[in-house]
Amino acid sequence: MYNVVAFICGLIFGSGLTISNMINANKIQNFLDVTGNWDPSLLFVMFSALIVTWVGYKFILKKQHPQLTEKFFLPTKKSIDKKLVLGSALFGIGWGLAGYCPGPAFSALGLGILDAVYFMIGMIASLFVFPIVSFLKIGSSGNKI
Amino acid sequence: MQNFTPISALIGGSLIGLSTVLLLWLNGRIAGISGIFHGLFPPRKNDFIWRLLFLLGLITGSLIYYFLPQIHFTPRTHYPIFLLILSGFLVGLGTKLSGGCTSGHGICGIARMSSRSFTATIIFIIFGLISVYFVRHILGVL
Repeated sequence: MYNVVAFICGLIFGSGLTISNMINANKIQNFLDVTGNWDPSLLFVMFSALIVTWVGYKFILKKQHPQLTEKFFLPTKKSIDKKLVLGSALFGIGWGLAGYCPGPAFSALGLGILDAVYFMIGMIASLFVFPIVSFLKIGSSGNKI
Repeated sequence: MQNFTPISALIGGSLIGLSTVLLLWLNGRIAGISGIFHGLFPPRKNDFIWRLLFLLGLITGSLIYYFLPQIHFTPRTHYPIFLLILSGFLVGLGTKLSGGCTSGHGICGIARMSSRSFTATIIFIIFGLISVYFVRHILGVL
C-alpha cells in the first residue's frame, strides 16, 4: 500500500504540474523574466500548493504517526549554513538557465520532451561530481554564517 | 502579461498541495522531488521502491495532457543543448547541497515554517531572476 500511495502521489503531483503548465520551461522563464514578458502564473501555483500544504500539514503533524508507517520523516537540520546558501544559489542559476526544476523536468520526460532528457543527463552527471565537491569541503555543513 | 493563466495555475497548484498532504499523512514523507531523487543513490533497503514509484508517477502524471484538451502546450525547439545539460548539472548539484528544490524547500519547507527553506527559496528565486536575465537579455537565447 505504501508504494501504491507513493505512485499515486507522484501521479497527482505530475498532473498538477501539467495542468498548471509548469512543464513548459518557457513559462517558468517568463516568471523569472521580470524585465521582459512577465508571467506570474508560477506564483499562483506555488501559493495555492503552499496553502493546501500548510493547512494539511498543520493537522497531520498533530498526529503521533502517519497512517501507513510508524514515524514521520522530517528534515532535522535547523542551521543556515554555507552549504544551504551556496546550493540554493547554484540551483537558482541552473533553474534560470533552462527553466526546469526537478519536478517539471521529470513530468516533461513523460511527454517525451527532448529538452528534459538533456536536462536529466546533466542532473545525473552531477551525481558523480558531488562526492568530489564534498571532498573539497566546499561549504561543509559545520560552517554557520 | 498576456500568457498569465491564473485559473489553471490555481487548480494545478492545489493538486500539488494535495499530493504533498497525502504523502505526509499516509507515508510520513516530504514531497520534495530532488530529495526523493537523491535518496535513490545509493539504493537503501525499504527506501528505494517508493522513491522510484513516486518518480514514475511524476513522469506519467503528465499524460493527463492527452485527456484534457484545455491544456495547451507547445514544446520549445532549438534550445541550446549545452545550456540544458549545464542547467541540469547545476540543479542537481545545487539541490543536493542545499537539501531541496522548489517543492521541498519552496512548498513543503515553507509550509513547515522552516527558516532554512525560507532562506533557500529567497536565494534560488533571486539567482533564478539573475540567470534568466543573463540568458535572455545578455546571451539573447529565447
